[in-house]
Parts: sequence; C-alpha cells; structure tokens
Amino acid sequence: MKQRYVYVLATLLAVIGLSVFLYKWEVLGFPVSADQEKPVWTIESAVHFDSGPGSIKVQLHVPTLTPGFRMLNENSVSRGYGFSLNYGSGGREAQWAIRRADGRQTIYYRISVYEDDSVDVLDTTPPFPPLPVINEPLKTAADVLVSYVRDHSADTASFTTELLSRLNDPSPDPNVELLLSGVNSDAGFVDVARTMLAAARIPARTVRGFPLAGRQRNAPLVSWLEVHDGDQWLYFNPATGEQNLPERFLVWWRGNEPLVNVEGGSKVQVNFAVQENHLDAVAIAETQAAQRGTSAIDFSLYSLPIGTQAVYAVLLMIPIGALIMVIMRNMVGIDAFGTFMPVLIALAFRETKLFWGVILFTLLVTLGLTIRFMLDRLRLLLVPRLSAVLIVVVILMLFISLVSHRMGMETGLSVALFPMVIIAMTIERMSVVWEERGAADAMRAGLGSLFVAIAAYIFMGLAWLEHLIFTFPELLLVILALVILAGRYTGYRLTELRRFKELSAR
Amino acid sequence: MLSAARKLRENGVLGLNERNADFIMRLNPRRFYPRVDDKALTKELALKAGMAVPDLYGIIEHQGQVREFADMVGELKSFVIKPARGSGGDGILVVTGRSERRRDSFRLSSGMLISKGELEHHISNIVGGQYSLSGNRDKALIEYCVHFDPTFAEVSYQGVPDIRVVVYRGYPAMAMVRLPTRASDGKANLHQGAVGAGVDMGTGITLQGVLDDEIVDEHPDTGVLVAGLQIPQWAFILETSAKGLEVTGLGYLGVDMVIDRDRGPLILEMNARPGLNIQIANGTGLTDRIARIDEIYDASALPEERAAISRREFKLER
Repeated sequence: MKQRYVYVLATLLAVIGLSVFLYKWEVLGFPVSADQEKPVWTIESAVHFDSGPGSIKVQLHVPTLTPGFRMLNENSVSRGYGFSLNYGSGGREAQWAIRRADGRQTIYYRISVYEDDSVDVLDTTPPFPPLPVINEPLKTAADVLVSYVRDHSADTASFTTELLSRLNDPSPDPNVELLLSGVNSDAGFVDVARTMLAAARIPARTVRGFPLAGRQRNAPLVSWLEVHDGDQWLYFNPATGEQNLPERFLVWWRGNEPLVNVEGGSKVQVNFAVQENHLDAVAIAETQAAQRGTSAIDFSLYSLPIGTQAVYAVLLMIPIGALIMVIMRNMVGIDAFGTFMPVLIALAFRETKLFWGVILFTLLVTLGLTIRFMLDRLRLLLVPRLSAVLIVVVILMLFISLVSHRMGMETGLSVALFPMVIIAMTIERMSVVWEERGAADAMRAGLGSLFVAIAAYIFMGLAWLEHLIFTFPELLLVILALVILAGRYTGYRLTELRRFKELSAR
Repeated sequence: MLSAARKLRENGVLGLNERNADFIMRLNPRRFYPRVDDKALTKELALKAGMAVPDLYGIIEHQGQVREFADMVGELKSFVIKPARGSGGDGILVVTGRSERRRDSFRLSSGMLISKGELEHHISNIVGGQYSLSGNRDKALIEYCVHFDPTFAEVSYQGVPDIRVVVYRGYPAMAMVRLPTRASDGKANLHQGAVGAGVDMGTGITLQGVLDDEIVDEHPDTGVLVAGLQIPQWAFILETSAKGLEVTGLGYLGVDMVIDRDRGPLILEMNARPGLNIQIANGTGLTDRIARIDEIYDASALPEERAAISRREFKLER
C-alpha cells in the first residue's frame, strides 16, 4: 500500500519536474547544454593622459548603435572619478570627472557585446546636409567631380561607389589630386568623401570602429563611410567603394567629433584591447529576454544578483551529492562516516581541486587523529575533548596554510575551505571506531568516506550537470523523486553480493 | 553480478535495504526503540515479564556519580561495565578479577590489568555519551558478570559467548551462537571478529561457523570444531526469546542471551536492528522463514506455543 504512494509521489514529482523542464527547453528555448556558447567580445578602451593641475573632465565616445551586435554589459574602471553616461550629438558619451589627480592617469571603459543579426539600425533619417562651404580653388574641383560622378551614377548608392572609386583612382585626375592634397589619414579621406557627398546633398557620416577578431592588444580604429539613401543608412568601404561593412564590425562612434576629449589633461592616448570570450547562451538569452521585457526569466535563478547566483550554483549541486550518497550507501553499500560528511568534503574539493583536496584532507585527518590519540591519554570528558579536537583542527588548518604559503604553494591556503566541524567530528568518530573495532575498520570507513566524497565531487563538478540544474532547477524534483524511489529500494547492496557469497554459491 | 543477486534472491537471503524498509520500519515502531536501546529499561521490562537477567549492581547516570563506582562494586571480584545505549558491544568492559598485589587494580577478561582511575575514565566516557547511538548523554550499567556455561568453553577465547535469536512477529526465526575470539577482544559481536555458528532451531545443535563473512569449521583460536554442540535448555531459550515481542512490542527483534553456569539462560539485551550475518552462519536466508511465519501467524498464540511452532517448522532435515 505504502509502496504505491511512493511510486505515485515519485512519478508526480518527476512528471512536474520534467514537464517544466521540457517547457523551458522546447518553448522558451533555454539551452540544455552549456556548450551552446556564443562568442562575446569585451572591448576595453583605456584612456591614458597626464593630469593637469586643476579639475579633470574626460569625455569618451562609446558605442550607441551597433548593427549586428547587442550589448551585454558595460562598465567603467576609474578610481576616484565620477562616472556618467550621456547622450551627445555623436551618440553616447562616457564622462569622467575628478577634482584633482596626480601623475599619469588611466581610465578604462569596458563593453561586452555579442553578435545578434536581429539588431537593426533604427536610426533617424537625417535632414539633407547644408551645402558645404568650400573655398576656391577647391570649390571648382569639387563641383567638377560631383557633376562627373552624378552623370555616371543612378542613385545614392551608385553615386557613392562611383565617387569613392574616383577618389581611389591610382592615377587620379587633377581635381581629385587637388581635393586630396593634405589628406594623410583614413579619417581625412573619409572627410573629403563626406564633403563631396554633402555637395551633392547626400547625408553621410564617418563611422569609426573595428572588426572584432580574436584577441587584440591594440586594435586600430577603422574609418568607414555611412551614407543615407533616403530609407536607410548604407555602409561603404572608403578604400574600395564597395558597399559593405567588414565582418563583425563594431561601430564605436559616428560623426566628426574626436573620440576623446580631456579637459585638464595632456598627452592623451587611447588604446583599444579586444578579447573574445565564450559565454553560454543562457546568459545571453536572459539578457535578451530582459531587454525584450518578457517575464520568462522572472523566476529564473539568472535574475538573482551575481553573488547569490554563485552561491546557488554550488548549493544546487548538493542534491546531486546527496543522490550520489544515497546510491553509494544503499545501492553500493560503502561504509562512510556521517551521513553528509562526504558531500561537504566534496564541496570543499571544488575549491581545492581533487588532487590537493585529497592530500589536504588526508593530511588533516591523519594529523588530527594523531593528536586525538594523544588527547586520549588525558582522559578528557566528551564535549571538552570534541572541542579540543575542533580547536586542534583549526590550528592544523592554519599551520598547513602557513607552511604551504612559506613553501610557495598557494593551494595549501585553500585548506581553510574544509568544513572544520565536520572534520573534527570525523576525526572523533574515526578514533572511536579505531579503538573499538580496530584500525582496519576505521581505515575502511575513512577510505569509504573519501571514495564517496571523490565520487560526489566528480558528479558535482560536471559542468553540463551544473548548467542543467542551474538553468532548470525544476530538475531537483526529479532528483527528489529518484531519492524517494531509492528510499524504497529493497534489493541487495552491491557489497552484499560479496558479503553473502557463501549463500549464493549453493 | 545480476546472476549473483538472482541466486541470493532464490536462496531467500535478506538484504540490509529490505530488512530496513520492509521489516524494521514496518514492524518496529519508533516509540518502542527506547525499550531495547536503553539496556536499563530493557532489564526492567524483562524482569517485570518474569525473564531472567544478570543482576544489576548499580547505574551511574551522571559524572558526579562516577566516584560512587568503587562503592557499587565493593569487594566484588567480577562485574561488567556497559553503556545503557551502546551499540554493537562497543564500550563494554568485562572485569574478571582483581590484582592480588596492587590494590584498586582490576583484571579485564583479556588478562590486561587496568587501574581504578582508568575504569572511572571509561565510565565517564560512557556517561558523556561516547558510545551511545546518538552521542547523547548516557548511563553506565554495572552488572553481574556471567560465568558462562562450559558448553562453549572450548570454542571461545575469553569473553562470554552468547546466543542470538532473531524473532519475527514473536516467532523465533533463526538463531546463532556467537563465540568470542582473540580478534574480537572477548566480545561476542561478529563485526568485531567473533565467530558466529548457526543453530538447528529444532534441536539446538550448532552448525557451521562464520568468521568475517567466510564459513569456518573450527574456532580460529582454539581449533575446536564449532559444529555439533548441544545448547542447553534450548526450548527455554526459544520461549524466552519469543516473549521478546510482548516485552518490547517490536516485530523484528534480535534477542541476545547468555547461559550462566549457575543461573541458566539470562537475557543480556535486545536489538531492534539485528544483523544479517546470522544467515551466513545458518547457511540459509531469512526470507523463506519469514514468509512461512506470515503464513502460520496467529495473533493469539502464546510465546511458548510460538516457540514450539518455530522448533517444529524450522527443524533441519537430516
């Protein structure tokens, strides 16, 4: 009778857990594996300058509209500076200010973006530009060039292409040569092209940015030409006249204003460093969902503060450890100290990593046991003795940390992550078992604990499992169902097959 | 592996999970546990039911009382100190004599000498809860040391051999004799290295022995054959065990008895979670016997009747 309740309950839990899981997976599109990663680029712009005597104000253009990319997050690292983001004529501007600063200053602005083709440039349609005021003799040259290009083109796009091919002609005609005289940079070249387009009443802008590829310590800014054809903005390669954007081109800012403007500082220098990371699709999906205002993530763990998330990422693996514990104890039949001691040790292993974890644990327990046996001679009462063991464990941890730090092994420091009360209880239990049932039993249970801890660590450390549980916490219901079912497992334990071998022989 | 499990199943071997889930949890209500977990209470209940138990010299319930220990034992030459809530024989000290030369020095069953101070430390450990199941405070019992019957003298190494009877719903289902060895330090617990010998329920004659899950024919220390010994007063032992149900209310019970040279079978303790090695010692599984008891179960049967039925039902065919 009870058996049936157990099955019904377990099935119910599993069905609820799995259906929520399937809904989130199939309908909401949460990724089941952490492998579904997207490249995320973090671009760090470092503004270096020598501070002047007075107050300092730094303005830096930062990405506003980025076709093909969506912003994940942005932040600024600048000690002591007030920071704000404002909209200026060329788009967003980061602004730092400080009353006074000494010496060479460096301010960082960091933005993370990921590719998203659905990002359109919802830019405004610009007014027709005013005719540029050009002085003679350039005016004549410009007029000749514009009328020539207009004759050889049909629309804005072909006009721009033709104009750029004229400007890029390796053997330029005298007009072009005159217009380009004194131009010594990409940006200057684009400026000339823009002026010509303005002369033809075509709205155009300079676009500055860089193609994102791998890791770049010093990414050079690339100037590109943006032209409005009445409906939308078109991009042109100023060097070839082709209508395109380079692959993965991140637009940093538009317009003619300088990238950075430092008031009260000198020797300004701006560096861009690009780094490619891979972020799992969940984080991006969450940001996307949040930006789109859907409520799918309201009850997701990803909506928690990052610090809390990190805690839960670990906490949610404890049920996995408990499941391993159940399997090891009730199905395999391994002796271990304490019900959840191995799970807690496994948690500590997460920080120390397995090899050092096992070594530190063994060291701690061995030393603790030795001292516990010495304490035994003093014939202390139980609670004071347990407290003494606990204090000794804390001292040992401290000692191990200090010694390993001296020896330059920082891993030893992580010994502090071991749950000291649990270790103290383990030492006490082990010493009692040692006395009562002999070293063999104590060792067996000790090694059993370690073995279960290692098994729990391995499963609790599976990245895909961690991802799965964290993204789909409802799967905990399935684990609960499994544990409940295991609670009614009345079959033999694996070790019993050996234990009762005399009875299975016949 | 699966075939090994199937064979065990065919032979009716009871596993730990099945014992816990199907018998202990079903038949042993939690509230009755103190009756067997607290040996002082067990003793009291057994006495009330008219069963024979070793005399109690005194109970030490708190640290302040530890000093009274000397008065309790007086001039007694032998006695046993045990935790009321111990498990698996842990924390039991058997004092068999006193040193001739040094006063306040006691001789343990192992032959080792131990001072009064050390005994008192042991008692205060017991009271502090070192040996109790839950780690809570405990009581130390000081009681009569059984002078065991010569039947098992040649198959025991020091200590007291005892008889374990597994009683299912008041019917004795299986029994074994537990023989101390050098390895078990005189204790009659199989997991501490004692030898267990199965018993023919019909006659009370011992069968093969088991040591550390292996079948043995001889006692490892004395080399004497374990099988073929007749346990005295077998019928009485089974009847007393059967009464365990009435005394404790537990449907799955292990009753531990010793046979005193002078006073006959005495109840030492009872156990709500009797171990499963008894199956190896008897070379047969418990499941079949349990199934048979379920068939013939009669709620109105008296303990004596149940014991008689068990003797008839589980008599070995020769």
